[in-house]
Amino acid sequence: MSALHTVALLAVAVTATATVLVREPPRQLVVAGFFGLALAVLFMVLGAPDVALSQIGVSTVAVPVMGLLTLARMARREDEEDE
Amino acid sequence: MRRALGLLALAALGALLVWAVTGLADFGHPRGPYATAGVDLMLKERHVDNTVVGVTFDLRGIDTLGEELILFCAALGATLLLRSQRGEGRAEEAAERSEAERPRIPPSLRAAGAYLVGPTLMLAVYAIAHGYLTPGGGFQGGVIAAAALLLVYAAGQLVAIERVRPVALVELAEAVGAAAYVLVAIGGIVFAAVAMGNFLGFGTEGSLISGGTIPVLNAAVGVEVTGALTLILTEFLDQARLRHSRS
Repeated sequence: MSALHTVALLAVAVTATATVLVREPPRQLVVAGFFGLALAVLFMVLGAPDVALSQIGVSTVAVPVMGLLTLARMARREDEEDE
Repeated sequence: MRRALGLLALAALGALLVWAVTGLADFGHPRGPYATAGVDLMLKERHVDNTVVGVTFDLRGIDTLGEELILFCAALGATLLLRSQRGEGRAEEAAERSEAERPRIPPSLRAAGAYLVGPTLMLAVYAIAHGYLTPGGGFQGGVIAAAALLLVYAAGQLVAIERVRPVALVELAEAVGAAAYVLVAIGGIVFAAVAMGNFLGFGTEGSLISGGTIPVLNAAVGVEVTGALTLILTEFLDQARLRHSRS
């Protein structure tokens, strides 16, 4: 295991822990995006660029956007119920 | 009490995990036999440089067919569910209203979004077109292409995105991509006597024409993923905007 592997693994551990510790859903989604990016770097370092590309697409584009849109919709619903 | 139980369970799980990890082979050793066999097989038998894409669309092409149909059905299901909650006409009306009420988007964000659309789309086309030569492939390229369309929205060009992603065209892309894959799979039965048989010439390795049916399937998946993802995100976007305009 090289230093690069260690750094990538540490980045994954730190961002994963951060994702769990952030309690606010919108912020959590953004942090989860960084977690996905760290995973992508790890895949790249481990010699799997194809998987890294999929990981970038899914975890930094598809999942945060879907999550944010869902949250936006839910926020509106709560507004309506308050009125 | 609950907390103590939880911590106990976690500690037990942690101990099991450590125990399992100590039993693992050393990092990177031994290399699995497929690490070299796969590359050899794909390069010599199919003239494809990117072994991952070669395996995905040839050796285990039937699995990929299943995966693609899963995505197709998922997009279809999400669209059906979300659309049943609103009338067709209302969405467009709401979109126009929400566009008018839309909070101002910072010019820097609009500029960044607009600037990134071109390069992102280019990257998507490259990832799909060269998927079997360099890292990339239909799925990855498709996701990037959908991201490019999202950037158009982020740039605040709602009117533009209505034109860029006419829903009918997106639906068509999804269906055509899925159908093309199935047709190539059936073509295998007709021309090579087995489903998913690679019935086209293999070409020269390293060139754009190589791998027989692999580039065709790769492109089909690219179109399908672009369509499916754009469709799902579009429906989600409509839902968010619908609520926005009502409140």
